[in-house]
Amino acid sequence: MNFDKELNARGMSCPLPIVKTKKSLADMTTGQVLKVISTDTGSVKDMAAFAEQTGNALLSTVEENGEFVFYMQKK
Amino acid sequence: MANKKMAIIATKGTLDMAYPPFILGSTAAALGYDVQIFFTFYGLQLLRKDLSSVMISPLANPAMPMPIPMPVMVQMLPGMESMATMMMKQKLKKHGVASLEELRDLCLEADVKFVACQMTVDLFEFDKSEFIDNVEYGGAATFMNFAGDTDICLFV
Repeated sequence: MNFDKELNARGMSCPLPIVKTKKSLADMTTGQVLKVISTDTGSVKDMAAFAEQTGNALLSTVEENGEFVFYMQKK
Repeated sequence: MANKKMAIIATKGTLDMAYPPFILGSTAAALGYDVQIFFTFYGLQLLRKDLSSVMISPLANPAMPMPIPMPVMVQMLPGMESMATMMMKQKLKKHGVASLEELRDLCLEADVKFVACQMTVDLFEFDKSEFIDNVEYGGAATFMNFAGDTDICLFV
């Protein structure tokens, strides 16, 4: 999937993946896609909850090699 | 639509109890909430520029997981508090949990408002110059003014 920016949240625990995602999205424009890589299992539910509450679209969540990859499209 | 709001009262000054207000505050701010944290009694310790005095003790804290069983008599020995604090900080770091300083900075960056209870500042004769700059001072009515209109209101 194409993306405009990548956030490496490997090794970070709650709430850092969410807070850093929010910060990364801040300087992006509507429609752009942020790729987030996390190793925090809790981030799967949290990223979905973040998307639901902020209106940004979680396009995809994939687990590969023990890492979670999210594609978040800015509202 | 107006932002949702969350208010937290932070009353504890130990390492473990310092985390929830800053974690929830920074997260809520990331979700678009307006957040205010009211620091009172021992929670005021969390506003110090230097947070190294925020510690954890296994004493009277039987739920704290310990690497080896430790009788209360041993927990009372001098230096145990520092040791437990050091071990907890190492554990937090190993698991990628942010430090208190980092979470507090994230709160401030996200415009979380910190209010210190003037009455307890006076009661404990705290020196305001030891606190970080981004703090307002107020009383219970100041808290109610914001809390009365919140979606989430917590006491920690």
